[in-house]
Amino acid sequence: MTDEKLKFAFYWAASCGGCEIAVLDIDEAILDVAAAADILFWPVAMDFKYKDVEAMEDRHIDVCFFNGAIRNSEQKEIAHLLRKKSKVMVAFGSCAVTGGIPGLANMSDKKGIFETVYHDNASIENPDGTVPEPSSEVKEGELTIPEFYDDVDTLDQTVEVDYYLPGCPPPTNLILTAVTAIIKGELPPKGSIIAPNKSVCDECRFEKSEKRITAIKRIYEVEKVEDKCLLEQGIICLGPATRGGCGAPCLDANMPCTGCGGPTPNSLDQGAKMISALASVLGIDNEETSSEEEVDKMIDDIVDPLGTFYKYGLPSSLIKRRVMKE
Amino acid sequence: MKRIGVFVCHCGVNIASKVDVKEVAEYASKLDGVVFAKDYKYMCSDPGGKLIKDSIKEYDLDGVVVASCSPRMHEHTFKNVAEDGGINPFNVEITNIREQCSWAHEDRDEATRKAKILVRASVAKSSLLESLEKSKTPVTHEALVIGAGIAGIQSALDIADDGFKVYLVEKEPTIGGRMAQLDKTFPTLDCSSCILTPKMMEVKNHPNIELMTYSEVTKVEGSVGNYKVKVKKKARYVDLDICNGCFDCTTACRISGHVPDTFNLELGKRSAAYIPFPQAIPLKATIDPDHCLMLRFGKCGDGPLCVKACEPDAIDFTQTDEEVELNVGTIIVATGYDLLNPEKLFEYGYTRSKNVITTLELERLISTSGPTEGDVVLLSSGEKPRSVTFILCAGSRDETKCTWCCRIGCMSVLKHVYLLREKLGVDVEINICYTDIRSFGKGYEEFYRTIRGKGVNFFRGRPSEVRVHPENVTIDIFDTTTNKLFEIGTEMVVLVPALVPRADSEEFSRILGLSRSGDGFLLEAHPKLRPMDTFVNGIFIAGCAQGPKDIADTVAQASGAASRAAAILTKDELENDPLIAWVDPEICVGCGVCVEVCAYSARTLNEVTGIADVDEALCAGCGACISACPSNACTHKNYTKQQLIRMIDEVV
Repeated sequence: MTDEKLKFAFYWAASCGGCEIAVLDIDEAILDVAAAADILFWPVAMDFKYKDVEAMEDRHIDVCFFNGAIRNSEQKEIAHLLRKKSKVMVAFGSCAVTGGIPGLANMSDKKGIFETVYHDNASIENPDGTVPEPSSEVKEGELTIPEFYDDVDTLDQTVEVDYYLPGCPPPTNLILTAVTAIIKGELPPKGSIIAPNKSVCDECRFEKSEKRITAIKRIYEVEKVEDKCLLEQGIICLGPATRGGCGAPCLDANMPCTGCGGPTPNSLDQGAKMISALASVLGIDNEETSSEEEVDKMIDDIVDPLGTFYKYGLPSSLIKRRVMKE
Repeated sequence: MKRIGVFVCHCGVNIASKVDVKEVAEYASKLDGVVFAKDYKYMCSDPGGKLIKDSIKEYDLDGVVVASCSPRMHEHTFKNVAEDGGINPFNVEITNIREQCSWAHEDRDEATRKAKILVRASVAKSSLLESLEKSKTPVTHEALVIGAGIAGIQSALDIADDGFKVYLVEKEPTIGGRMAQLDKTFPTLDCSSCILTPKMMEVKNHPNIELMTYSEVTKVEGSVGNYKVKVKKKARYVDLDICNGCFDCTTACRISGHVPDTFNLELGKRSAAYIPFPQAIPLKATIDPDHCLMLRFGKCGDGPLCVKACEPDAIDFTQTDEEVELNVGTIIVATGYDLLNPEKLFEYGYTRSKNVITTLELERLISTSGPTEGDVVLLSSGEKPRSVTFILCAGSRDETKCTWCCRIGCMSVLKHVYLLREKLGVDVEINICYTDIRSFGKGYEEFYRTIRGKGVNFFRGRPSEVRVHPENVTIDIFDTTTNKLFEIGTEMVVLVPALVPRADSEEFSRILGLSRSGDGFLLEAHPKLRPMDTFVNGIFIAGCAQGPKDIADTVAQASGAASRAAAILTKDELENDPLIAWVDPEICVGCGVCVEVCAYSARTLNEVTGIADVDEALCAGCGACISACPSNACTHKNYTKQQLIRMIDEVV
């Protein structure tokens, strides 16, 4: 690296904004970042315009931290723009990496979502049935807004991504690892996920013994969380199927892992892996004698399977989305 | 880049009639990495093998794809051929174009097209195959047989005769098991003891058998060839080396005649110091800690009478349980069965009348060494019954109790009829309530015909209830052959309870890592082709532990299990198939899901590294742990995700 300061950009697409807060959550280390890098673009915090970015030379930005999934034409356009203007593109946070919570919208499509949001919701008063249109004529002229897509995509389904920083939001220690590596010029091979290979269990405080689950429980159904693996207590915890690095803070708070770290290395589908594991050990004690009804009952106790197993990763999973029939 | 040869088999006309094999070979020759492709009439024949071997040399091949039948048929053949040809046998990939193409499709063009696609996928996988080496495990040339009923005895004798040391572990103080409790056996009416005791003596005297009675297996570790087994030798309070089996202590015991006699199913009483029956092996006394006054209260009058009576001074109240560790190469489990507790059959009155008994209890009444010395009497009065009614399938073939057939009930009742006619004469009325008479074995049907001529009333149906009156009992039965409801008045009712797994079978199967079938009996690896094997390599099953069977079948299975065990014991080392699971230590966190799903006990958590290990000798490569592993740390060697995805990519 030369003495010249690095040039960073941050962008926020389809996400909640938590990732932006996470950047600040590195506390005083932000000063080191500020000392090492200039921020050229950060719509949430600083006043830049898209035209400022457009005016830059290609690959002018050293690193772009892009959070959020892609679900409308503006996000797609800026993703492409930033890709062109950046040397390194980092998918920052679950939404950019695996689709995140907005990705659950792949259970519906534009029509279905508009139907709910602009017509069906109880609080809606929309007698004219108005829905957003990319372009509308008003007396002052044409008004345009970004086009809303049927699909939610991950960042790497839209543009080429160099590094991934998973998490909802990415844990501060991983952000620091990434930023330090960038400042020192010690970046791992392209395509790397900046997180350990091991799953969340590696960092979990709970004791493990026998993975034999007799019944599924939700956290409120457990009177007192015992000091042992939540999965073994029947609480669905995605820890073993989820890449760690977070330090298992949810587990420290007696809450199960919901899977924001994304799949473990080489895993094709985090949700499928967890379903497969759970199916392997749920009711294993009475496997031979259980009737089909008893098995159905055990499975029925899993409330909202999609939201449980694919909370952060539907767009990047094998199934990707629900097939919508005309 | 690998140099791959593709060999397309005609399988006579089996493949060639529906698949254009020449076209497939031609197509294959143009695929990436393929340097040679050829079709041949029978690839599994000697000339076919020679073609492969010669081609390996001529074209310097390091990968072989054989498009032929199912790998279940000839994968082994082709691997050997490739190894002979000089390449690592795990570089052979089989494409099944017979079962999946020619046999499955009518349209020749479509079948050929599919064969090409499958070959393309195999070639793609072949380029990613790894050379693997078979690891070897040395074999301990000793065996353990658990349970010394007729099954365990037969297995132990067979293995011992083959020249291997056998540890025979039995929970009770004597060997002999259930068969020792029987009086006669069907259909030949051999005296059970007369045919059993010579075998028991043989066990006692065999130089290769080490008998461990009154002992239980508590822990099993290791794998085929090398099992470490912990056995608890329960304190007998009698020095086996000194006791001469004189029975003096048993007669001297202060509470003689007050302890329920378990061997006689508590129909009689014995002492706290006891020898179960006169032909017991070893013929040594045992002191029952649940009843002995010394052991319960530390005091027996002014001193224990057994100690006084024992001339050689064999009694030792200071004995404690002892744990020994055995190293064996293979294990046979012959732990037998229990009878369904007749108290669970409330409608049949076992709990309400002393005159409702079970077949095994009747055996003890008939036996001259039994509590009545062979007199068949009503337990309420001690008098001979004037009528006896058998109820078959008590709990068997019953959706609410045991769905299975006990396989011995019908024949044992026919035998009892014969014996009762002998003991009680022709005047006694005998009724049999049956569901079907199952007389399936050799000589069984003939025996049934003989008994049908002995003046017995057969009712086809299941009694709804046994009602107990002061004088007698009455049974309501709807006979399905005459469509009539009968009320039978009778003095003695004999129930034929279902055969069930031993009460401790669940815990016991856990110790050994064995699977059980839905009925709770130990599960065999294949019901037809591997009936003595379990899913744990090196552990075999024999007798009723696997499921109900009669003595003849038990002995046959026991000899079978012994021969399966001997096949391992004769080897100095075992080769382990390397096509097994592998754990990436960089990813595994030791969550333990694999340990629970492994049917072969091959997966354990390593306490030092904290991750899951694969026992190469035990892993059968079934893949259960690989799909169950939530972290994706588990891979199947040469069926890796990368290889399989590559195949899928080629196909779709």
